[in-house]
Amino acid sequence: MLARELKSNDMLIYRLKRSRNKTVEALYSLFRYVLIIGISFVIVYPILMKISVSLKDKMDIYNPTIYLIPAHVTMENLRLAFKIMDYVPLLGNTILFTVTIMLLQALSCALAGYGFARFQFPGSNVLFLLVVLTILIPMNTLMVPMYLHFRSFDIMGLVHLFTGKDGVNLLNTYWPSMITAATANGLKSGLYIYIFRQFFRGLPKEIEESATIDGAGGLMTFYRIMLPNALSPLLTVMLFAFVWTYNDTFYTSLFMSESQLMSLTVAALPAEINQHLPALIGVGANPNVKADPNHVAMVVDTGILLAIAPLIIMYLFVQRYFVESVERTGVVG
Amino acid sequence: MKPMRLTLTRRKSLLGFAFIFPWLFGFVFLFLAPLVQSVKFSFHKLVISPGGYSLEYLGLQNFREALFVDATFNRVLTDSVVNMVVDAPLILFFSLFSAVLLNQSFRGRTAARAIFFLPVILASGAVSAAEAAGLISMVGDVNAAQEMSGVTSTYNFMALQKLLIESGLPPAFSEYIFEAIGRIYEIITGSGVQILIFLAALQSVPKSMYEVAKIEGATPYEAFWKITFPMVSPLILTNIIYTIIDSFTGSEVTRTIYNTAFQTQNFGLSAAMAWLYTLTVSLILVLIGVLVSKRVFYYN
Repeated sequence: MLARELKSNDMLIYRLKRSRNKTVEALYSLFRYVLIIGISFVIVYPILMKISVSLKDKMDIYNPTIYLIPAHVTMENLRLAFKIMDYVPLLGNTILFTVTIMLLQALSCALAGYGFARFQFPGSNVLFLLVVLTILIPMNTLMVPMYLHFRSFDIMGLVHLFTGKDGVNLLNTYWPSMITAATANGLKSGLYIYIFRQFFRGLPKEIEESATIDGAGGLMTFYRIMLPNALSPLLTVMLFAFVWTYNDTFYTSLFMSESQLMSLTVAALPAEINQHLPALIGVGANPNVKADPNHVAMVVDTGILLAIAPLIIMYLFVQRYFVESVERTGVVG
Repeated sequence: MKPMRLTLTRRKSLLGFAFIFPWLFGFVFLFLAPLVQSVKFSFHKLVISPGGYSLEYLGLQNFREALFVDATFNRVLTDSVVNMVVDAPLILFFSLFSAVLLNQSFRGRTAARAIFFLPVILASGAVSAAEAAGLISMVGDVNAAQEMSGVTSTYNFMALQKLLIESGLPPAFSEYIFEAIGRIYEIITGSGVQILIFLAALQSVPKSMYEVAKIEGATPYEAFWKITFPMVSPLILTNIIYTIIDSFTGSEVTRTIYNTAFQTQNFGLSAAMAWLYTLTVSLILVLIGVLVSKRVFYYN
């Protein structure tokens, strides 16, 4: 064949192959988008539903044509939920509690993680294995003894020695959670210690040695050199600790069942609303009148939305750090 | 008498000990002691009196009662284990798949990552309890609502259920479809942290490997199975363990144990149940750990 024909033949084949590749890529891209949008919808749908329910007017519940967008928008549900939950003090209290626990846990777990990572002392491996054990053993095996323990809290018999009483009743105060957090034995603390240890192991030894040369003692080294470098695991641990403490029902219902905390209020919400709704909408005088269950369900959903809203808002600001921080802590590779 | 000079190594180990001391203190008093007590309680009958509590030795009776006498424990335990065994591989596949998907670059990737991780933020026992309770007042029956809340979690499944049943399909078939669909939601919401871990693992695979493979003429499919999969296999083990442990916190056995302790005030029985559950899950963990770690490929 002539060289010119050869060339145009090849050109054709090349163009065909290129367009086939391009369509395959476009199809794949489409497929990927469909999948991602589908899964995202499954995740976001409950939240959208709750937002729409919270803005719905009572008469829209029984209208089957309304799905997501309410016909009559009203703030009544929000107002009711606010009142029944006593929202603003509740939120303030919960955030104060959660932030305290988060800071205590981050600090104590950082200390423990650093100790396990950088120092050899007899039994350090065995003790770390015990840390892993605390991650594996579920909390409810310890539930009963801890309850009794905090009911008459007495460290090594000191209280009994000094006052002759049986111990201090720490239930329904914030002390149990604070003590467990401060001693790195709180909710999922084993995980945090693991994260910190992995990270500190990855730091070069030269940093510590230069600190020692400059005359820093152990604690100084930790405070001025190690901690500022450990921003990544600190952030990860603080984020996880905040979210898990905010949402926790296990510890709160066990030790602090009468305190004013978000997770407890939400758990008790349906009963509360059922009880208070007739009074609030003006028909409370007649004891035979019960609230309409659908209406109750609507207000419950609004309450749940109010409870998770702070989390979502916070998440919007810090979501970037969640994904980035885990890969930088060195837990992986 | 000469004061003992501390060598540098000795001083360092004392320092290390000082650092972990808060943890050690908490561990001994807030973990180990309750653990031992819990074992003790499971062999006794516990009665709370105003000044403390009194114990009455029962031997293995609590265990026997939990396994053979109690109406719900056996069923709840098997349900839990079956659920865990079915859900864990699905969660693993789904999270690896999502991580691979989210690792590719396309427009809106950050938003997609944010959305996929959202369920972790919102996974609240209180929320699901409130939703279940709201459902109870609508349906009027605790058991029906619990069955439904196991499958629904805020979807309007009653309508879908009715549609399927009335469409004339054999009921077993529609029930099977139902279970599968219900599981989709469970799996998607249960994979948040796993997706994160896999994503980080995927990003730590050196890009040069893929380039070499491409030069040598490997298709993306081959590249996945020969490069990506082995490199993330250590984290498959981590994720399996995390998934199994995570299924603890929301499971029905936990609720049963809690109720036995605080509603029927039978603390000894509750401790026995808790230990049975712990033993079952530890067995499963050890089994899976041994099986999987044999086939894990470590790069270094």
